[in-house]
Amino acid sequence: MSAAVAVPVPGRLGDRRTRTLAYVGLAVLVVLGVLVAGTLAGDAAQTTDLADRNLGPSAEHWFGTDRLGRDMLARTLAGLRLSLVVGVAAAAVSAVVALLLASAAAVFGGVVDRAVGWLVDLFLALPHLVLLVLLAFALGGGTGAVVAAVALTHWPTLTRVLRGRAREVMSSDYVAVSRQLGRGRWWIARHHLAGHLTGHFVVGTVLLFPHAILHEAALSFLGLGVDPGQPSIGILLAESMRYLTAGAWWLAVLPGLCLLVVVKLVDAIGENTRALLDPRSHHL
Amino acid sequence: MAVDLLTRAAPMLRALTGRLVRLLLLLAAVATASFALMAHSPVDPVDAYVGGDIAAIGPEQRAQIAERWGLDDPPLERFGAWLGNLVQGDLGRSLTFNAPVTEVIGERFLTSLALMATAWVLSGLVGFGLGVLAGARQGRLTDRVVCWWAYTLASAPTFWVGLLLLYVFSVSLGWAPVCCAVPVGALAEDVTLLDRVQHLVLPALTLSIVGVAPVVLHTRHAVIHALAGDHVALARAQGESPTGVIVHRVLRHAAAPAVLLQFAALGELFGGSVLAEQVFSYPGLGAATTAAALGQDVPLLLGIALFTTVFVFVGNQVGDLVHARLDPRVVDDLVRARRGRWRRDPDPDVLPAVEPLPVVPEPEPAGRGAR
Repeated sequence: MSAAVAVPVPGRLGDRRTRTLAYVGLAVLVVLGVLVAGTLAGDAAQTTDLADRNLGPSAEHWFGTDRLGRDMLARTLAGLRLSLVVGVAAAAVSAVVALLLASAAAVFGGVVDRAVGWLVDLFLALPHLVLLVLLAFALGGGTGAVVAAVALTHWPTLTRVLRGRAREVMSSDYVAVSRQLGRGRWWIARHHLAGHLTGHFVVGTVLLFPHAILHEAALSFLGLGVDPGQPSIGILLAESMRYLTAGAWWLAVLPGLCLLVVVKLVDAIGENTRALLDPRSHHL
Repeated sequence: MAVDLLTRAAPMLRALTGRLVRLLLLLAAVATASFALMAHSPVDPVDAYVGGDIAAIGPEQRAQIAERWGLDDPPLERFGAWLGNLVQGDLGRSLTFNAPVTEVIGERFLTSLALMATAWVLSGLVGFGLGVLAGARQGRLTDRVVCWWAYTLASAPTFWVGLLLLYVFSVSLGWAPVCCAVPVGALAEDVTLLDRVQHLVLPALTLSIVGVAPVVLHTRHAVIHALAGDHVALARAQGESPTGVIVHRVLRHAAAPAVLLQFAALGELFGGSVLAEQVFSYPGLGAATTAAALGQDVPLLLGIALFTTVFVFVGNQVGDLVHARLDPRVVDDLVRARRGRWRRDPDPDVLPAVEPLPVVPEPEPAGRGAR
């Protein structure tokens, strides 16, 4: 009986709509799981057991243990939880900033539009990681500084996309007609612009999230981010470097793999939603 | 003759000057913004300078150091002094490396350049090849595997990929050294080219593996777009083979976006090199960036900020130029100025007058007469 059920029905996940919903469901499960397990594992992540140092993966410790005998699965979960919190905070702040700037540019036009374009260019002038390093340094390091730095630097690309789209809409004929009929800027923005930007905004925000997570991990890995005592994926990987030459592969491979899975899951949701909202952009 | 040369060179000069002015404005903005950031940093420069000996010096000595460096002056005055030195090409002295910032950046950048150039070429070629393959086999297994692979790589943290390569090739197989740009403890004159290449392979591979993903996806998109074009349909109707279609009708279309993307990704490349150099302890500019931030070396950080701005700017400009050369529909002022040299607009007086087309009266819409 189980064999008959296990055979996948061809084409069931071939539909992008179904597939996206499946991804969203899976992502919700993973996020909830990580949040709950990460919170519960908070103590276990810091519990040292010097008798069980640098053990490989086993039934007792699925991800092995580190140099102080701490359970790597607990540490990975706690790290992922931190990643998710940073990712959500950064994506939310960046999305709001991008939306405000792009709408201001579209509604007021002229000088405001040029100023926004200029600000975007300024933020994109430096390599993103260098900008993050500068900001994290200027804010004094630590978890708060990382969240702020990651949140404050992810809006330019989304702003650029939204601004371009808004310009296109604002220069179209029906907006000109609407203007001639005496509609105000805000009315036009609400009734003609908002609908066009919503899709891009949602997709852009979802796609900000993986970037933010990866950048938080990168900063922590370099030692410029989260306090070293706190388990974060970046810190776990930085610590693993010293024991890699001794053959402790599980310290690096498994936490990184978990991060990759979470990032790819969110990325897949974003890309699929984009394809659903704008079928012409994807020839699939 | 001289006047002729001048009129020909004028548009070129104008385009170049425009770019230079834009770069200078950008640099001024970056300098101001990053200086403001550094000035607001809670890091105390005297503490950073003294380091571990902080307990050994008293408040008078602190005040002396602060006065000698002008740290008592208001921020605006300090900014003016720094800017004045900057214009003269003096970026100050790096505390971590105990050398002038310009020297550190120049030396470190050359080391990084070998790494970044290798990775850049490698990721461009591999990415373009895979992208063309996926686009040509759209919807087939090859396409799906390549796409899945590219999306996965795009989600992979650079340093994690580096750690994997380090474990597999250095620790387990022992094919490549574990760290650094040259053998540990070797004298500079004993280092051979082979040694350098051997130390370069893994960091460059890390960087290029991560850099491949966007090139693959964009190239694939461009190939699919080009394959749907009328010129491809015509070529097919004339009996061009599938390989011939790709080689003769599609490659150039697909190359333009890939090249533009590769040049625009120089900032990402540098960011990746910061991480890869950290993993492999490769002494390049990326590692210097990390060291500067950890060592609270403000002059070096500011210098790196300015330098990478120029790096990214030049990359974008070169990308635009090459893109315009590959795709004649793209109009770039510098390319137009260059083209003016050998492909000038035809002189209107020389051309024979063209007879205006006879005006054809619009046919009566059918239906009206029947009414």
